[in-house]
Amino acid sequence: MISTSIINFLRNQGRPLVKFFSSLGEFSLFVAQSVYNSLTPPFYGRNLLRQIIDMGFYSLPVVGLTTIFAGMVIALQSYSGFMRYGAEGAVAEVVLISVTRELAPVLSALMVAGRIGAAMAAEIGTMRVTEQIDALTTLSTNPFKYLVAPRVWAGLIVMPLLVMLGDIIGIFGGYVVGVYKLGFNPANYVNSTLQNLQTIDITTGLAKAFVFGFIISIMGCYNGYKSKGGAQGVGAATTNAVVSASILILIFNYIITELFFSK
Amino acid sequence: MNEAKIEIKNLHKAFGRKIVLDGIDLNINKGESLVVIGGSGTGKSVLIKCIQGLLVPDEGSILVDGEEVVGIDEKEKERLHSKMGMLFQGGALFDSLSVWENVAFDLLENRGMNKKDAKSEAVRVLRSVGLAPDVADLSPSELSGGMQKRVGLARAIASRPEIIFFDEPTTGLDPIMADVINDLIIESVKGLGASALTITHDMASARKIADRIAMLYKGKIIWQGTVKEMDKTDNPYVCQFIKGSAQGPIKVEV
Repeated sequence: MISTSIINFLRNQGRPLVKFFSSLGEFSLFVAQSVYNSLTPPFYGRNLLRQIIDMGFYSLPVVGLTTIFAGMVIALQSYSGFMRYGAEGAVAEVVLISVTRELAPVLSALMVAGRIGAAMAAEIGTMRVTEQIDALTTLSTNPFKYLVAPRVWAGLIVMPLLVMLGDIIGIFGGYVVGVYKLGFNPANYVNSTLQNLQTIDITTGLAKAFVFGFIISIMGCYNGYKSKGGAQGVGAATTNAVVSASILILIFNYIITELFFSK
Repeated sequence: MNEAKIEIKNLHKAFGRKIVLDGIDLNINKGESLVVIGGSGTGKSVLIKCIQGLLVPDEGSILVDGEEVVGIDEKEKERLHSKMGMLFQGGALFDSLSVWENVAFDLLENRGMNKKDAKSEAVRVLRSVGLAPDVADLSPSELSGGMQKRVGLARAIASRPEIIFFDEPTTGLDPIMADVINDLIIESVKGLGASALTITHDMASARKIADRIAMLYKGKIIWQGTVKEMDKTDNPYVCQFIKGSAQGPIKVEV
């Protein structure tokens, strides 16, 4: 009797564990296949162009709005906070560092994950449940090369560009609040920004953008590719794509920051 | 001597504990149209997917033109697929592309045909399945079910495959449209001299397009023969299926 209850106990514990490792393995295989197929011909240039336009051009308003308000609020907050120590002069520097290192990459990536990661999962998921992915295969076309590779490349190319733009817009937002609301001298504000500008602030932000772009595309494609069971499955895939990408973005944000700045 | 285009030997496939294919032995000869009949959920689609290499069987062997399909790599799979065309049950047309781009997909993407030639070829194939040239520029979502089936058929035959698969080609169509599709299937298969494997549970369609019929039940081929033989057989499973009767040895599993 006892032995059967122990077996049942182990079985109940073991099932989710086995499931976890099998999906982890499945995911790793997916990533490996995606990377391999992104690097080997044939390349589908038209698909890449479409993805770049969808992911880049149409994300411009979202990224612009997010970063300009982020820059503005940082200027306002740091001013009121630093006033306690009489350090109001550091506002421009704080805006510069927080926007380029953290806010522009992380907020843009989260917004793009919500916009594009979801769209990728929905599109590829619908193609899966309507057998369009099988149809690609039967037409001698590798779905990884046709669907996944262009999205991965688009993520890697577009995210750094978006973040670079976000840097500029965010700093501009800080400038607007600093000069028109907090009464800084425009020339002094610009000067203090330029003097404190360091290459590492920009490069770490761009390195993050690069990694985030990969995460967004891979999570969108993976969840879409594995979706099953009709409309409900596609819905679940869309949610999973956004949630998993967002969490991974925040985790990798910490890891990359630690790699660059822990010394 | 060996005229078989596809030879399936002792094919097994299970999903978890559910055994779907339990030792299938089946041959499809060159230029022959074989129809596999069987109830819903008896593994007909799984059989096709195994032959195409979309699913990997647990056991057994599949030879296409005498070459093993089970366990081949991506490169060989692409070569295999260039011999095959497939009409999917739901059409599976690419909704991001126009009708003609769907039909000419393989020509454009893999055979490097230029746009102008590919389009005129697509229009020619569309005409052969009874669609007017002005359909070519529409999007698949603008078409009726019957027209989508025709476009799906046009895409399946556009690259002149040696083997064509039809997955429930008449499901969801009215009887007249179903018969039109049947005629088109016969025409295009004979026109290309291709071998065809159709899975269906529509007996009218099976009778019309089959050179030979095989019945799949509980993961095994339990009967095969010509349409004439089918009408004379006393196999209780086949008789029940043809009559479409709820009474008989086949029990519907709920």
